[in-house]
Amino acid sequence: MTSELDIFVGNTTLIDEDVYRLWLDGYSVTDAVALRVRSGILEQTGATAAVLQSDTMDHYRTFHMLERLLHLLHQLIFQIPPSRLTVYPFWMGLTQPSESPARPRQTPFPLFYGGYYAFDEAFVREVLGKKLSKGTKKDLDDISTKTGITLKSCRRQFDNFKRVFKVVEEMRGSLVDNIQQHFLLSDRLARDYAAIVFFANNRFETGKKKLQYLSFGDFAFCAELMIQNWTLGAVGEAPTDPDSQMDDMDMDLDKEFLQDLKELKVLVADKDLLDLHKSLVCTALRGKLGVFSEMEANFKNLSRGLVNVAAKLTHNKDVRDLFVDLVEKFVEPCRSDHWPLSDVRFFLNQYSASVHSLDGFRHQALWDRYMGTLRGCLLRLYHD
Amino acid sequence: MPGKLKVKIVAGRHLPVMDRASDLTDAFVEVKFGNTTFKTDVYLKSLNPQWNSEWFKFEVDDEDLQDEPLQITVLDHDTYSANDAIGKVYIDIDPLLYSEAATVISGWFPIYDTIHGIRGEINVVVKVDLFNDLNRFRQSSCGVKFFCTTSIPKCYRAVIIHGFVEELVVNEDPEYQWIDRIRTPRASNEARQRLISLMSGELQRKIGLKVLEMRGNAVVGYLQCFDLEGESGLVVRAIGTACTLDKLSSPAAFLPACNSPSKEMKEIPFNEDPNPNTHSSGPSTPLKNQTYSFSPSKSYSRQSSSSDTDLSLTPKTGMGSGSAGKEGGPFKALLRQQTQSALEQREFPFFTLTAFPPGFLVHVGGVVSARSVKLLDRIHNPDEPETRDAWWAEIRQEIKSHAKALGCHAVVGYSESTSICEEVCILSASGTAAVLNPRFLQDGTVEGCLEQRLEENLPTRCGFCHIPYDELNMPFPAHLTYCYNCRKQKVPDVLFTTIDLPTDATVIGKGCLIQARLCRLKKKAQAEANATAISNLLPFMEYEVHTQLMNKLKLKGMNALFGLRIQITVGENMLMGLASATGVYLAALPTPGGIQIAGKTPNDGSYEQHISHMQKKINDTIAKNKELYEINPPEISEEIIGSPIPEPRQRSRLLRSQSESSDEVTELDLSHGKKDAFVLEIDDTDAMEDVHSLLTDVPPPSGFYSCNTEIMPGINNWTSEIQMFTSVRVIRLSSLNLTNQALNKNFNDLCENLLKSLYFKLRSMIPCCLCHVNFTVSLPEDELIQVTVTAVAITFDKNQALQTTKTPVEKSLQRASTDNEELLQFPLELCSDSLPSHPFPPAKEHLESASSNSGIPAAQRATSVDYSSFADRCSSWIELIKLKAQTIRRGSIKTTVTVEKASPVGDGNFRNRSAPPCANSTVGVVKMTPLSFIPGAKITKYLGIINMFFIRETTSLREEGGVSGFLHAFIAEVFAMVRAHVAALGGNAVVSYIMKQCVFMENPNKNQAQCLINVSGDAVVFVRESDLEVVSSQQPTTNCQSSCTEGEVTT
Repeated sequence: MTSELDIFVGNTTLIDEDVYRLWLDGYSVTDAVALRVRSGILEQTGATAAVLQSDTMDHYRTFHMLERLLHLLHQLIFQIPPSRLTVYPFWMGLTQPSESPARPRQTPFPLFYGGYYAFDEAFVREVLGKKLSKGTKKDLDDISTKTGITLKSCRRQFDNFKRVFKVVEEMRGSLVDNIQQHFLLSDRLARDYAAIVFFANNRFETGKKKLQYLSFGDFAFCAELMIQNWTLGAVGEAPTDPDSQMDDMDMDLDKEFLQDLKELKVLVADKDLLDLHKSLVCTALRGKLGVFSEMEANFKNLSRGLVNVAAKLTHNKDVRDLFVDLVEKFVEPCRSDHWPLSDVRFFLNQYSASVHSLDGFRHQALWDRYMGTLRGCLLRLYHD
Repeated sequence: MPGKLKVKIVAGRHLPVMDRASDLTDAFVEVKFGNTTFKTDVYLKSLNPQWNSEWFKFEVDDEDLQDEPLQITVLDHDTYSANDAIGKVYIDIDPLLYSEAATVISGWFPIYDTIHGIRGEINVVVKVDLFNDLNRFRQSSCGVKFFCTTSIPKCYRAVIIHGFVEELVVNEDPEYQWIDRIRTPRASNEARQRLISLMSGELQRKIGLKVLEMRGNAVVGYLQCFDLEGESGLVVRAIGTACTLDKLSSPAAFLPACNSPSKEMKEIPFNEDPNPNTHSSGPSTPLKNQTYSFSPSKSYSRQSSSSDTDLSLTPKTGMGSGSAGKEGGPFKALLRQQTQSALEQREFPFFTLTAFPPGFLVHVGGVVSARSVKLLDRIHNPDEPETRDAWWAEIRQEIKSHAKALGCHAVVGYSESTSICEEVCILSASGTAAVLNPRFLQDGTVEGCLEQRLEENLPTRCGFCHIPYDELNMPFPAHLTYCYNCRKQKVPDVLFTTIDLPTDATVIGKGCLIQARLCRLKKKAQAEANATAISNLLPFMEYEVHTQLMNKLKLKGMNALFGLRIQITVGENMLMGLASATGVYLAALPTPGGIQIAGKTPNDGSYEQHISHMQKKINDTIAKNKELYEINPPEISEEIIGSPIPEPRQRSRLLRSQSESSDEVTELDLSHGKKDAFVLEIDDTDAMEDVHSLLTDVPPPSGFYSCNTEIMPGINNWTSEIQMFTSVRVIRLSSLNLTNQALNKNFNDLCENLLKSLYFKLRSMIPCCLCHVNFTVSLPEDELIQVTVTAVAITFDKNQALQTTKTPVEKSLQRASTDNEELLQFPLELCSDSLPSHPFPPAKEHLESASSNSGIPAAQRATSVDYSSFADRCSSWIELIKLKAQTIRRGSIKTTVTVEKASPVGDGNFRNRSAPPCANSTVGVVKMTPLSFIPGAKITKYLGIINMFFIRETTSLREEGGVSGFLHAFIAEVFAMVRAHVAALGGNAVVSYIMKQCVFMENPNKNQAQCLINVSGDAVVFVRESDLEVVSSQQPTTNCQSSCTEGEVTT
């Protein structure tokens, strides 16, 4: 007696979150059943292995159907008011959270959806800043081996990144909002995706060995600051002429701003200015910094490093190396002198504030826009 | 020209890409009704076209309105080649034809293609202007309401229950026409879908005409089925119960029906002249005994049941047998006479209802059933389907005579079914013989006084259990005792019925699902030889199924079965029998004796030991079950009960010898004390197997209950969470060395595993009860067994099990119907034009029904009634079957989207960053349930019947995920389409949903599969009990809601 066909279809679709996770993680049905058995579910429920097998298959089938539906959803995205999108999944009979608040044991669609778009930190760290192209996809095998995440799961996550990238690439306006509206993701997840898309678009290098100590969270934090301050959207210039070919407001850095950054070079090129700057900072920090002498000795190097990073940002290549440069030019020197984080904060605050007192320097606003963001990033990047 | 149909095509969305080059579609729509077709403009290059068409107007006869479906085809325009079809929508406009139902059909319908499934959606608005037709010879029957529900619908009151209506229409099956060889599968599937839709419409119209002739205005318990007879054609048949219903909220509720102001009532006078030829299509043959000889010469017919026995008894037990016992005396006799006269005028005093207004059912005799094996032949003249009519007429006659033999004048819970394999067809009918109260059967004029009398004499709550037949002249052997409740009347020791548990019956403990499963191999044969073989097997199968049921019932420590449904399925090389019923312990019936095992083999030590071991196991199981189902009847002292009435043993022996030759006859009694033990003789390995299999049924895990009736006896505190589901399994038998035993085991395992899977799947709903569990078995191929289950899981509150202020909604509505009038009115308006667009808060389940009689302990209230039938255990030819099958399962979706303010595009950072979009659109879900009610909610309006037929075919089975993926997707699509239709009617639920057919055929070698599904149900509007209160205090809110919804419709 062999089972030819075995299905269960409910008017509302039941999703077992544990099975869903296994599916997201890319386990085969057989592996998933084995894992479930190990979880002790048979003992808890008195079910048999055959029942578990049937249940797992059934869930997997449901997930595949939902997955197709998700993709369909995005294909159509541009011409449907976002509010309508939620209607579509109801073909599958998924419930809204409001439907059964008393017993939130069925995963409502948004949750299903959010789960589908969730990603593994280890995976995203591998592809962050890489071009989301097919070439990279071939590397998925390696990533899978390296991280221990199943290839299937890698593929899903990669495809998700790519899908989001493609959709928001052409759109105007707030990156996070676009992602949230069109992919119905939670705020948190939308921000993460914004960071991923932003990194992919600007191709920031994150894979170098000296950057390995940084987490996705660190980069995402920086991305958010940069999106908020260094992009076109950040300036709040609403497009006056909708037909004009404008850059993506949130995805691309403000070219004009990058160009202007060259002006900052005077801070290190002009020796007087540099000395004055140094003395202002030293005066203010004397006695307040545990590593004062090291700071004093290194001031010119650090300042040169920070300003040169700014001045180089006109070249795409140097934009890509932004994080490498920051670590090399600032994080590492400080770390080798064992600066505590609080000292770094004091220093950076004073370092950027003191510029306002330099009479000869005319680019105060530019400096604030640059340094405000950079300070935030550096503080986040400064750890072991 | 009595009707104008108006259709507007608004928009489409999510259309598939038809032009690969542009990734877009140039869509337009053809709207067809009858022979008239309109087209919209082509909407270029969009997957979300906005046609916003003019109103297309069709001026048509109301006859056509009833028969024809509205056919909407979405196509992709192609300048150079033929336009490609994207898909179709069929809309049944029948719900618009009676005034109380929907007034407009408007909503998003999934566009369906038989090859690709759902491909986007289309927004359509449909209206009908109907002019009154005064022509008395008209052929239409607009205005007659149809309900699948097998009880009086919740917001109606039955003025008169007229009785049985039936009709069938036949046609050639397009799949088998010569043209099918040259047309595409898609064209053939669509021809079939359209034909069946047309035939259903015609059938409904014809039934409607009969109802009007009977001066009724509604059909309740409407059950329509298709027989795919292959080469010989396609039969669509329907049965139902004609009634005159009054809307409860109408002020005229208590006027006689004819004076009711409602629109459809007005039509009645024109039909008033008595038409002597009421059942024009039913052969009014006066023959009873000789019916069989009338089978058409070509068809082979042998009644499966040994009706001869029963028929010969008929004269003896005739209705006139005045010995109505010592009870009731004159009143009962009077009642009987009245009823009889009311019923005698009817050809078939049958009722498809399974639940009845209080007082309707007086006594229940037991299950009656009849089967007959026929050879299909080509239907030569579709307009005169005499053969099929004659077949069913025969069977019905037989049922009628069985009922008479039980001293009953009516059959309730009646249903009919067929099983077809190649050219052999088994026709089955079953029901519960009963004595009815004439009150509902006669004209409204008599009603007043009768009602009065009834109230006084209303039988006690045990009344239905009392035997209706003459105890000295019993049609079969049975133990009779005095009723354990009233002590006055005689009751049988076991009662089998096909109906739901009456609401006022007293039940001890909880009920449970009981199934008997059986397979029998048969040789492959052709035509007559095959039919003979099947006919010969049938009696044995029925007998064994019956024995199994009885054993399992005893094992559960229970004494009555409700909702019994026995399905016999015929395949190429085997017959399958599956009986499902809900066992309960009726307080009025005697405590069941245990089961005793007796070995026949001569004294052999180890054997004896084995027997005693087995006996112990059985006793343990019974004890455990009693505990599990909380069966602890009060002990009653012997004296009160008196000794059992002596049984007509001789007669019973006689009967048995006629009927049965099996050696595993279950001896009826080796009584020890007052409790008669049921003895199983183990004399061969077969019997041993039987005993083993008895013990293999595993009870559901704790927290789960299951039953196949509407509600579970003993549980009455339902919470509002329901989950309707369909589960399908197909197994392939290894063809080698199949024996009956192996087959039985496989089949048993299949069913048990299926149940286990369900329990596992639904474990998150614990505590819950699977209600209306409906198993269907089919044998699609030689070695394949397919089992389809549809049921609904309902949660209940364990803690409140004991305080019973809540009754199932249904019950309270029934009883308190009159008190609720005012309550109902407002919600009606609310629902008719606005879907509740706010999420339903968890229902508090607070029913403030005027009727909840708080005095009675919960356990008693919940279970109630029943008619009892006692089962003739002997063999029966009087079989019991239940037909609960009419419930329908429904599903559906209603998608309501509140209109959202469009956010200006492109205003960068300034756009509101509030909640994600899913939070501001509310989607109402359309509930589906096979039950006639929704827990925690009140049905305020019936919008019409949903009856849909779909075919899905694929030539890329593997790519669609194999057979499981294919069928899974198809069933999900069917649910979606039912939901969409209900939503378009303005409803938010389907009750009495049923999947009547699920025919699945595969050819994995060719990578092909095909599936046909037929579903039906009643579209309704319900309001949560908890919302009801809120709503009535906040009228403004609802106004605003309704405007929102309208906005949605027209966008």
